[in-house]
Amino acid sequence: MKDYTTFLFRCFRLSFQGDWRYYLWMLALTMIALVGLNAYAKQFVQGLATTGMTDQVSWGLYIANFTFLVGVAAAAAMMVIPVYIYRHKELHNLVIYGELLAVVAIVMCLLFIVVDMGRPDRAHHLLLRFNFPISILTWDVIALNGYLLLNLHICGYLIYCAYRRRPPSRAFYIPFVFIAIVWAISIHTVTAFLYAGLGGRPFWNSAVIAPRFLASAFAAGPAIIILTLQIIRRATGYLVSDGAIHTLRSIATIALSINMFLLGSELFTEFYTHSAHVVSAQYLFFGLHGHNALVPWIWTAIALNLGALVILFSPWRQRLPLLNLACVAMVVGIWIEKGMGLIVPAFIPSPLGEIVEYTPTRNEILVCLGILAFGALLYTIFVRITIPVLYGELTIDRAYHTDSASGQDRREHQHSGDHQ
Amino acid sequence: MRLPLIDEHRSDAGCGSGGCGCAGTSGAQPVASRPGMTRRSFLRTTAGATGGLAALAASLSPLRELTGDGFSMQQFLQKHYKEMTESDMNKALDRIRAQVEQRYELRPEIRDIKPLDGVEFVYALNLSRCIGCRKCVHACVAENNQSRDPEMQYIRVIEMPRGTTDIEQGDHHYDRPTVPDESHYYMPVQCHQCANPPCVKVCPVEATWQEADGIVVVDYDWCIGCRYCEAACPYWARRFNFTTPSIPRDKLNLNMSYLSNRPRPKGVMEKCHFCLHRTRQGRMPACLEVCPTGSRKFGNVLDPDSEVREVLRTKRVFVLKEDVGTLPRFFYYFDERDPLRNISVEGAGS
Repeated sequence: MKDYTTFLFRCFRLSFQGDWRYYLWMLALTMIALVGLNAYAKQFVQGLATTGMTDQVSWGLYIANFTFLVGVAAAAAMMVIPVYIYRHKELHNLVIYGELLAVVAIVMCLLFIVVDMGRPDRAHHLLLRFNFPISILTWDVIALNGYLLLNLHICGYLIYCAYRRRPPSRAFYIPFVFIAIVWAISIHTVTAFLYAGLGGRPFWNSAVIAPRFLASAFAAGPAIIILTLQIIRRATGYLVSDGAIHTLRSIATIALSINMFLLGSELFTEFYTHSAHVVSAQYLFFGLHGHNALVPWIWTAIALNLGALVILFSPWRQRLPLLNLACVAMVVGIWIEKGMGLIVPAFIPSPLGEIVEYTPTRNEILVCLGILAFGALLYTIFVRITIPVLYGELTIDRAYHTDSASGQDRREHQHSGDHQ
Repeated sequence: MRLPLIDEHRSDAGCGSGGCGCAGTSGAQPVASRPGMTRRSFLRTTAGATGGLAALAASLSPLRELTGDGFSMQQFLQKHYKEMTESDMNKALDRIRAQVEQRYELRPEIRDIKPLDGVEFVYALNLSRCIGCRKCVHACVAENNQSRDPEMQYIRVIEMPRGTTDIEQGDHHYDRPTVPDESHYYMPVQCHQCANPPCVKVCPVEATWQEADGIVVVDYDWCIGCRYCEAACPYWARRFNFTTPSIPRDKLNLNMSYLSNRPRPKGVMEKCHFCLHRTRQGRMPACLEVCPTGSRKFGNVLDPDSEVREVLRTKRVFVLKEDVGTLPRFFYYFDERDPLRNISVEGAGS
């Protein structure tokens, strides 16, 4: 126990150590997070009237970000599956960064839910009167918190074992890895069912929602991981092989293709049938009765996704700058698709046919940026701690010295460490 | 504004710095520990920590305006409606009474009124008669202590072009010097008190449920404000308090009940409850009482002699969005008695 508190304490101290770029990055993130906290404090006092939401469009940017990040969290499984099921070697040492990303994404999801609640002070009512299994929201509470615990356990256990300089016992984490794979699929499926189960919202009430959620998540998630791994490689000298990146690239390529196919099926069903249920899709893609706030967004998203797909199928897909461009396009495209393309249009027109458009307020956007910055801050700290521990630079009998942490050393040490 | 970026000058863990309180762990350190903290790094650490705390405090400063509206320790510890004993409920009612008195300097009559045995309420609305005057909308607001600024309304009257029942084609914001308009008919929509209510199904904390007399109620002290019910309702019957409701003192209706028209805090859902504080005591809902055309009929469908029962038996009745399977207790009908009832034609067999 004492060893563990020492470990936590050393981690805490380590998170304050770094060069000027690290400080600058952390300072910027801290400031954005505090600005977000300030915006949330205003919302907490005045109520959700500080957001652009209305009784007509009762969910907005918060739930959109929540949905997107559930997908990012689920996508960690896309790194774990090749390693543990197909015994993919090159990804092996990188899995932990995917799992840490899952932890951070879930933390951000929970924060987005908290800021969306009218009465966060009553969150304990979930413990006292849990409408399970009737309400799908209660399923989501279990799925998300369970996934958080699973990944915290896996990452925490592996890192602590490396710190203690003892090999991790397979029985303590391999079963959890396999549970987490299934659980990852479940978190996004349950989140999709949250929307798909509502008969009063024809735009959501479609069986393709869950498969589309998974497909888009398994494109955006690996794309984020590809970008993150390159940043880690550049900033810390940690050896990330191009092979690993290209494995993730092919996963993202397949998932994005499936996503575009599902989008096509959805569009065909909606617009060829052209029943009364098409109104929301009509509003989203072409505008309705002169209201067309979302039209530019959705076409941007489709253009970005198609652009990414073209790059991913082009002969130059192996070139990293081009791949990174495709990843950024994919992440932005899918973020728009989940938010402006999936959450908001289901509310327009309202069930009584009234068209009220939604524009997020400045305060609402600041809260979102604050949470995203906090997530980035958390992830940076996790990576900051993980790398020296896995390299054996910070162990139970050796506190961390900045001097010893050069990228060159790490590249040499890469294969001697027996992490994971 | 400085933030807590503690530069340790590559110093070892276990420095004993005041800012981080690590002294207790230094015993676990190897012997090759650094020299103690320099004066300069101590000042930096302190300045960083102070700056960080100051920035945190500054970002939280809007909380100073928090008035504690809708929050009290007693309410925080209050049980779910269905778990409250009689004395729990009396305490809750006392608290609400005191809160109203403190805020409005008026003493409300507040009770918890239970459903009556053998009663299932049903509403029927005559589309042939409704003239779209919206008197029901405003009577409802006055009766149920809805927020006036911003004004919240439970009833939405839609002006429909003749020749369609597609509400997508209706106008919610018609504004005419006189109603009705010849080329339109009017369709008021409020909570349909569904027998299969999607809003109840989705609530994660059972803050909304269906009572024995069919009324779907909300416990404003239990709702967490997730608005999932609002997304689930096919009739757009639910409303959210995006900010603290504001009601002028002289507009407050002092005849209140726990599950209906007592003042609500911000951040919770509310909706039409068929004026249960009136109807459970033998009166008619406010929207019905005010209707100048007699378009609204309300009563106990289990009573074979009730007016609603007669309407359901003899009029051409329909429910809105029957396809979503919510089984509404709110029916629309047209006035004509069945013109075919006295005609019989031979050869009706297949």
